[in-house]
Amino acid sequence: MHAPVSWLRELADVPADATGEDIAAALVRVGLEEEGLHGGDISGPLVVGRVLSVEPEPQKNGKTINWCTVDVGEHGQRLTEGKPQEIVCGAHNFGVGDLVVCVLPGGVLPGGFQISARKTYGHVSNGMICSQAELGLGDDHSGIIVLTELLGADAAADLKPGDDAIALLDLADEVVEVNVTPDRGYCFSLRGIAREYALSTGAAFHDPAEAPDLVVPQANDHGYAVHLTDDAPLGGRAGCDRYVARVVRGVDVTAASPAWMRKRLTQVGMRPISLAVDVTNYVMMLLGQPLHAFDLDTLSGSVGTRRARAGEKLTTLDDVERLLDPEDLLIVDGADTPLAIAGVMGGATSEVTGTTTNVLIEAAHFDPITVARSSRRHRLTTEASKRFERGVDHAVTAAAAQLAVDLLVGHGGGTADEGVTDVDLRVAAEPFEFDTTLPTRYIGLDYPRAEVLTTLRAIGCEVVEPAGDGAGDTHVAVLPPSWRPDLTDGPELVEEVARVRGYDQIPSVLPQPKAAGRGLTHGQRIRRVVATTLAHQGLVEVLSYPFVAPSLFDRLALPADDERRAAVRLVNPLSDEAPLMRTSVLDTLLDTLRRNVARGSRDVAVYEIGLVTRASSARTSAPVPGIEARPDDATLAAILGAVPAQPRHAAYAAAGELERGGPWGPGRQAEAADAVAWALAVGRSVGLELVVSATDRAPWHPGRCAQLALADGTVVGHAGELHPKVTSALELPPRTVAGELDVDVLVAATGVPLDARALSTYPLAHTDVALVVDEQVAAGDVESALRAGAGESLESVVLFDVYRGEQVGEGRKSLAYRLTFRAADRTLTTDEVSALRDRAVAEAATRTGASQR
Amino acid sequence: MSGPNKQYDPVEVAALDPAEVEQAVADARQAIAAAGTLDELKAARLAHQGEKSPLALANREIGALPPSAKAEAGKRVGQARGQVSQALAARQAELEADRDRRILVEETVDLTVRVPRRPLGARHPISLVSERVEDIFVSMGWEIAEGPEVESEWLTFDALNIPADHPARQEQDTFFVEPAGSGLVLRTHTSPVQVRTMLDREPPIYVLCPGKVFRTDDLDATHTPVFHQFEGLVVDEGITMAHLKGTLDAFVQRLFGEGIVTRLRPNYFPFTEPSAEIDCRCWICGGSGSLDGEKCRTCGGTGWIELGGSGMVNQRVLRAAGVDTDRYTGFAFGLGIERSLMLRHNVGDMHDIVEGDVRFSQQFGMEI
Repeated sequence: MHAPVSWLRELADVPADATGEDIAAALVRVGLEEEGLHGGDISGPLVVGRVLSVEPEPQKNGKTINWCTVDVGEHGQRLTEGKPQEIVCGAHNFGVGDLVVCVLPGGVLPGGFQISARKTYGHVSNGMICSQAELGLGDDHSGIIVLTELLGADAAADLKPGDDAIALLDLADEVVEVNVTPDRGYCFSLRGIAREYALSTGAAFHDPAEAPDLVVPQANDHGYAVHLTDDAPLGGRAGCDRYVARVVRGVDVTAASPAWMRKRLTQVGMRPISLAVDVTNYVMMLLGQPLHAFDLDTLSGSVGTRRARAGEKLTTLDDVERLLDPEDLLIVDGADTPLAIAGVMGGATSEVTGTTTNVLIEAAHFDPITVARSSRRHRLTTEASKRFERGVDHAVTAAAAQLAVDLLVGHGGGTADEGVTDVDLRVAAEPFEFDTTLPTRYIGLDYPRAEVLTTLRAIGCEVVEPAGDGAGDTHVAVLPPSWRPDLTDGPELVEEVARVRGYDQIPSVLPQPKAAGRGLTHGQRIRRVVATTLAHQGLVEVLSYPFVAPSLFDRLALPADDERRAAVRLVNPLSDEAPLMRTSVLDTLLDTLRRNVARGSRDVAVYEIGLVTRASSARTSAPVPGIEARPDDATLAAILGAVPAQPRHAAYAAAGELERGGPWGPGRQAEAADAVAWALAVGRSVGLELVVSATDRAPWHPGRCAQLALADGTVVGHAGELHPKVTSALELPPRTVAGELDVDVLVAATGVPLDARALSTYPLAHTDVALVVDEQVAAGDVESALRAGAGESLESVVLFDVYRGEQVGEGRKSLAYRLTFRAADRTLTTDEVSALRDRAVAEAATRTGASQR
Repeated sequence: MSGPNKQYDPVEVAALDPAEVEQAVADARQAIAAAGTLDELKAARLAHQGEKSPLALANREIGALPPSAKAEAGKRVGQARGQVSQALAARQAELEADRDRRILVEETVDLTVRVPRRPLGARHPISLVSERVEDIFVSMGWEIAEGPEVESEWLTFDALNIPADHPARQEQDTFFVEPAGSGLVLRTHTSPVQVRTMLDREPPIYVLCPGKVFRTDDLDATHTPVFHQFEGLVVDEGITMAHLKGTLDAFVQRLFGEGIVTRLRPNYFPFTEPSAEIDCRCWICGGSGSLDGEKCRTCGGTGWIELGGSGMVNQRVLRAAGVDTDRYTGFAFGLGIERSLMLRHNVGDMHDIVEGDVRFSQQFGMEI
């Protein structure tokens, strides 16, 4: 909302020396947010000039410029060269003898335009003859200002060349722009801003709705017929509870709006259009009451309201044919024909046009919810809808209509009908009880009862104190003012009391929880360890948006029935290309890897920890109960139960060299084993020994994919090299490796304190075995068998060589292991070690068909 | 010099002649001094201290002397052998020191060659800021609560006093989950976690709810549709707005530096009443609004930086979660982690935070 300082001064006693900055600060103090300070950025010499000569000079480019001399009084060239000002002007709407506005070299126009003498079209132009747009008075670029037209012949009669035009046109006026929060709809008017200024500074407020020269007549029974109907009120509230209709006949709608009105509209960011439109806008900006002007002669004798019918259509003023919804409240002609979407926008058929002479003014009070829904439904936010949905003062309706009538009569030469319609269906508001100790209890600062009551009255509340001496009774009855529909309960009044004293008065006190906190949860600690472990493996944590395309699952080669295809879909995705929520972190991490490679990071290893979403097969919607009290257990369970499972996963991917090459030798490419090693490291970091087994799962290479599981078989995740088709489809480097682990499984599997093993200090005994197995036997299985067979004295098993060749035969391999034994209570003898080794080998033979070489 | 002689005539034993012993020591000293390497010294040791060296032979012949001459000869030969040993040890030490010096010089490596053979990884700064913020509140006795990102509409909006017609609930702000009417959305703030906490347990409640949130904004230099927040909630007996201010002051001092204070300004949020916008004194210009005569760019010359929203928890929100509003009051606040990161570390463009470029994370390492 823009508030011109000169306008504000008419409504509140702003000190003469107060600047725009002072006013903004006063408004900010009571809770309006300053958005900016405009205007006042013009400086002279800017003077009245009388045109002495005009010589049209056609140019090669087809334009004709005017080579003018202008009498600018004792300024410019008159002082320096003893002759009138010489100016080149492109406009043609003026002639010799006209009074114009000239900016001379040295002047600055809005936007910081410095004016100097410059050569143009073969002449030196010593300044400019100004248009309204150039002075920030409107957006009229069509011609220059002719002061007799702008100000009227009478006002211009006393002007003489050389007079200061900045003062004449009030161009030094500043405009304060503030942001209005949704609860303060009344501040979408100068009236509201002035109230807040008065509240903040204690200055007197002059309500423009009660201005002495605004005489609001009583409603009578010979006004224009208005019938309000609403057969489907929303939430029991009538769509329209007050409708004032006034008629002005014989208006010259082609008459120009007065200059001051055009200037003010421009200052508040509205475009002056025509008298009828400008008047309705001006009244809205002043009082906050949106108005609508109908061409009376297009109407059939009465207007009214009703809800729209399904399938009904209306072409609105913006020339869009709109399909109406049964919730839309309509203004209708007679009993039926739609004229406007109430409070949002008028229709084309009843629009005031250049031939209109008789005007019907509508000032009404519409239900905020009805207007809000219509506005959103039709994606039509207008100055009117913005105000109605935040709540318009229902007491200002008649005054607003009267002001519009007065302005139309005054500037359009019309006559107001004596008939005054005011259909008033308002339900009287009830006061509510307020505990005057509540501000102290909420804010932690002492607010004496007297201060509380004074503040409430200052913001316009009627406060009734209990009858009798009221000793000990801290309650009062409060009826908020008609322009504050947001004030409905105690805490809302607390905010008023607190903001008027000032939030800066609130002390700073650190609360001390009575019970000590429990610190991070087990799950939170585990997650931090997992994240840090991956970083210590050389991986870089990144973040990615969790939105994916349905085609991604094909590119990842997921089978048709894969659970990871059960994605949650968004109604209104950011991009229609990616309407699904990821079901694995790799879904989006792989694209992040691709982007890094595309940006020149050839050797890159990334990881991300985040939630994934799996659509539940049972599609139940979450109930949306009221909020008067805690929902019953069944409803609450249904709400929580409808939220899909969202486990937390850690995923990683790497391409290129993990160990860099250099003077010391060649680098080493990331390989499937690294992806497995990282998973094992994550397990180890939280005290878990993950079990690795070979598996075949998309998007991994069928021969290079490992499953990671807990000892009890619970799957933690998968790791390995990606399938060549996947790397190609996702534009990833060949041989990209990746893994994904379910962190929630790790969290669930940990948390029970580990029992420490006693350390044996007896000597170690080593023994090596070479086992020949079929090529497809997994080394991990052989190792598991050796461990199982060797028993408790086995300390470690290390695979130190793999041999393939003639000696072991086609399709076979020899695995060489070093077994290390140590007993807890004695030194093992050679015979004992041999026996243990034999048992280990025997177990490997049984489980994997291994034979000792 | 003759070989061993067990039956010699003592008079003929010449090796024990003092002059010869002296000569043998002198010869040994000369050979030791002349040894330029450890190998040459080894040869000298063999020649002058070995079994066949003159002094060793002389020593062996002492036994053949008459008892009256044994003591004197023994003393003379023993002293001579001691002198040779000493000379050998000294030269050995010298030569070993020379060798060590030479080897260490030869083994010099240029350690200024900065090559990360196995580069260290890094955490994402959003995670690091989040964890730092969590730690600050944990140290004040709070707990950390989390919840799902696909969330029920009731917990995201209704329970927070954001009614169906509130602008925030429209499609221009919120991602809705199919099918329309599913009652599910992508949470637009972490406030549903606060409601879950209140539904879950009785006050006193001191929780911080960090996490990922979603709004249908386009990505630009200062906005991202997916971002991170942390929201605080306290519900206890006697909680006031002064406690809110105290908590925020303590927090900004620990995250942004000593001496930083907050300012509350009236504002409107449906879930709090009274509500306040949180500003914090600009730590770049110290609140003056200017820096080296120019307008401070961090705070835009106002001396204050907008941090987020806050207020006393709306009674309607407490009632929806089943909290006894006669007994308890509470405050809540919400701040952005991206914004905190951008402010604290002078990050100029949101793209760098969200695009997953490893170079961004790598600047920070493991702690922030």
